[in-house]
Amino acid sequence: MYTPHTDSEREEMLKAIGVPSIESLFEDVPAEYRFPRLNLPEPLSEMEVSAQLQELASINETTRDLICFLGAGAYNHYVPAAVDSILRRGEFYTAYTPYQPEVSQGTLQAIFEYQSLIANLTGMDASNASHYDGATATAEAAVLAFHHFRGKRTRFVVSPSVNPQYRAVVRTYMNGYENIEVIGDEAGNPFVSPQELLPLIDTNTALVVVQYPDFFGRVQDLTGFAQKVHEAGALLAVVVNPLALALFKSPGEMGADIACGEGQPLGIPLSYGGPYLGIFATRKDYVRKMAGRLIGETTDKEGRRGYVLTLTAREQHIRREKATSNICTNQGLMALAATLFMSLLGKTGLRQVAELCYHKAHYTAQQINQIPGFEVDLKAPFFHEFVVKCPDSVEAINEYLLDDGILGGYDLSKDYPALKNHMLLAVTEMNTREEIEILCEALKEYSHD
Amino acid sequence: MTEPTIYELSSPGRVGVRYPQPDVPLSELPQELVREDLPLPELSELNVIRHFMHLSHLNYSIDSGFYPLGSCTMKYNPKINEEMARLPGFAFTHPLQPIETVQGNLALMYELQEYLKEITGFDAVTLQPAAGAQGEFTGVMIIRAYHKSRGDSKRTKILVPDSAHGTNPATSAMSGYEVVHIPSDSRGNVDIEALRAACDETVAGLMLTNPNTLGLFEEQVVEVNRIVHQAGGLVYGDGANLNALLGIARPADLGFDIMHINLHKTFSTPHGGGGPGSGPVAVKAAFKEFLPGPIVEVLEEGDEEMPPMFGFYQPTQSIGRVKAFHGHFGMMVRAYTYISMHGAEGLRKVSEYAVLNANYLQARLRGTYKIPYDRICKHEFVVEGVWDDAPGVHALDIAKRLMDYNFHPPTNYFPLIVREALMIEPTETETKQTLDRFADVMLKIAEEAHQQPELLHEAPHSTPVGRLDEVKAAKELVLCCWFPEQVKN
Repeated sequence: MYTPHTDSEREEMLKAIGVPSIESLFEDVPAEYRFPRLNLPEPLSEMEVSAQLQELASINETTRDLICFLGAGAYNHYVPAAVDSILRRGEFYTAYTPYQPEVSQGTLQAIFEYQSLIANLTGMDASNASHYDGATATAEAAVLAFHHFRGKRTRFVVSPSVNPQYRAVVRTYMNGYENIEVIGDEAGNPFVSPQELLPLIDTNTALVVVQYPDFFGRVQDLTGFAQKVHEAGALLAVVVNPLALALFKSPGEMGADIACGEGQPLGIPLSYGGPYLGIFATRKDYVRKMAGRLIGETTDKEGRRGYVLTLTAREQHIRREKATSNICTNQGLMALAATLFMSLLGKTGLRQVAELCYHKAHYTAQQINQIPGFEVDLKAPFFHEFVVKCPDSVEAINEYLLDDGILGGYDLSKDYPALKNHMLLAVTEMNTREEIEILCEALKEYSHD
Repeated sequence: MTEPTIYELSSPGRVGVRYPQPDVPLSELPQELVREDLPLPELSELNVIRHFMHLSHLNYSIDSGFYPLGSCTMKYNPKINEEMARLPGFAFTHPLQPIETVQGNLALMYELQEYLKEITGFDAVTLQPAAGAQGEFTGVMIIRAYHKSRGDSKRTKILVPDSAHGTNPATSAMSGYEVVHIPSDSRGNVDIEALRAACDETVAGLMLTNPNTLGLFEEQVVEVNRIVHQAGGLVYGDGANLNALLGIARPADLGFDIMHINLHKTFSTPHGGGGPGSGPVAVKAAFKEFLPGPIVEVLEEGDEEMPPMFGFYQPTQSIGRVKAFHGHFGMMVRAYTYISMHGAEGLRKVSEYAVLNANYLQARLRGTYKIPYDRICKHEFVVEGVWDDAPGVHALDIAKRLMDYNFHPPTNYFPLIVREALMIEPTETETKQTLDRFADVMLKIAEEAHQQPELLHEAPHSTPVGRLDEVKAAKELVLCCWFPEQVKN
């Protein structure tokens, strides 16, 4: 199968090595632990394994079987066929980190283009070659700020409207450092505006993290807020949905120091939560403190343009314990997917998808707000996600919706005890008017029952 | 030939993908928030396809040739893996769906956890970490949380052998530990006396790669682990080299407490040009409650009529999340496929042949290339890429010259304890013919190094670009491309 030697080849090789048997290659392994019997299922042929996995996959109900209004950090978008046709090129997916630039220009140029697209979309000076996902990219923003202030500023202010899982990961990452406080998202009003965080921001604050659109879908101009953060000498990281940036002002324009976030909306399938794509872009001043791979343009001896991994002196394989991070890989193939998606949609297509999401979400919100017992705040601007105050527990409503083939919104009470009966609904270009009407009908029936 | 960038290929007004018109009444846009300028390229679908096809041709990959990049386990990535990960039943599931609707995913994750436990001998597994480096971070944070839970606050050091991957010291520092380097002895093992001397009540643990980065099995591994345990420390296993141990030895049996597993090395999920990886972490029972949650468990046992009900379990003293959602699920599907196709016997064969191939190549290069730690190796070995009688030729020159013969170079200048190191890992999926061809070329290059060294200094001669100016890249720091003047829109 994947181990190609014939018996005679094996014997020739053993002879060349000068050992009598394969077993004799393992005499340095302690005898009492050598060759354990592993209790695993009998091996399957490709035909059988294919059938077995199709069987497993078919047990799931998917966003194709159900009408999906679930978002909360992962979104159901259309991925043009051309994206996967390139991702399946073995030249891309069976290569490794481009340590040898002469034979890796394909990966290097693609990631260089990715960096360019992300820098332009976020309005920042430079993007890295990506992080694992939105959560770890946000945590890396905290790590950057920690190092920027050489550990002297120890306060990290995080808005409660930053994705709860991202906040959790920021805390895990900051646990490695002594005497750090991560505050701002303790119990209280989950809907506080960035301005209400200002009293917490002092001259000991290294970083302020807000989300845009925030976890509840709201979009707010952060220009004035960024100024205030800078007055305290702190850095501002804005967690973004990159698709929203095709429609709304960029974090760069509003004065953010770091734009990070989840790149999944850019052509990456839901795939039960991963692999996704961590976006990370920053201003010139902080480029050298940014973790992760970075591709730079250069030339060869003959003046031909080419690309290389650059500023590698920041990285673990050179700096070891003095490195800015322990990161080796990026999400290479996922960054390629996003590059393909953005190249295909371009300036017009990306804006078009963002507007489709916007209009469909607003239509849905308006319709739901008219259903007795359900309430949506239509005054605050939002992108494609919004909070619905429900007459009952979200769990009960979602169970009811699921019976009608609808995958309802996210139950906010799971992360915010104050938000009992609050559902976070996402609407994308994938939702037709008919689906929206089916949802509204079901909610109406629920409130009647 | 230089391939233009997507910005250079752009033409104002060109559209690559058409979307449907809105089927709902339009709502007003909040003008004060709307972006005016969106400087993105504009291409047709065929523009995009040709551009990336051209780029793909500039890459070397496993599918195109032999890729003996030491420490990276560049084995063949079976095509069926890709097919399975893209099954709509997996690819179109949302990570926050109710568990009743994703029992197929949870069953697969649960079984993969079980398989990994069986293969490594550990008692519990989290699939959450995104890559090996994140697995290391998870593991060291567990060490930290464990000592803390016992009120033991004097442990401030992590021991790391001098042959270790750079990630080990970087991870330790990131987790708040001071790094103490332990030298290797003349056989390439951890120097036992130095280890003993370093082990005291300030040691939180040891990070150990076995086989180590010289490709050598740690001959006194049980004793090494015992010494660390005696001092009250824990032993973290860097699973980077697990490809040598499948069915050969279980790391938990050898005394490791915690270990990460690289699905993208050992279990054939593709490297993707530098990710996504996947780095599950396995632990002994005493550390299960420290794992990042949630992990998949059986909530209700099944019977003859009903399958079991799978769900999530949140460890009680968890170090916290290291990543959003459940980890790289798509990679789990691929690894599960791979393990299912191999079974116990097949996996043992993987390691046996990985070790056979490495030893065969080592035997063929012996005598021409100096092997500083010369004994039976495991899945990889390290030679010196330098000769006293060929002054001016370096490992880098050999690496670049290999490209002219259409081979990917081995890892070079690592591990740091070998002068001008070339670290060669052939993997089990290569034929004897490929290994012979590679060995022949390596011998020929050694000859060239002595007779026509300029051939090596100027190599590669046949690649799309020659050696690139890395100093210029770091100095000028051009990190983005832009529209050429005439296309600026």
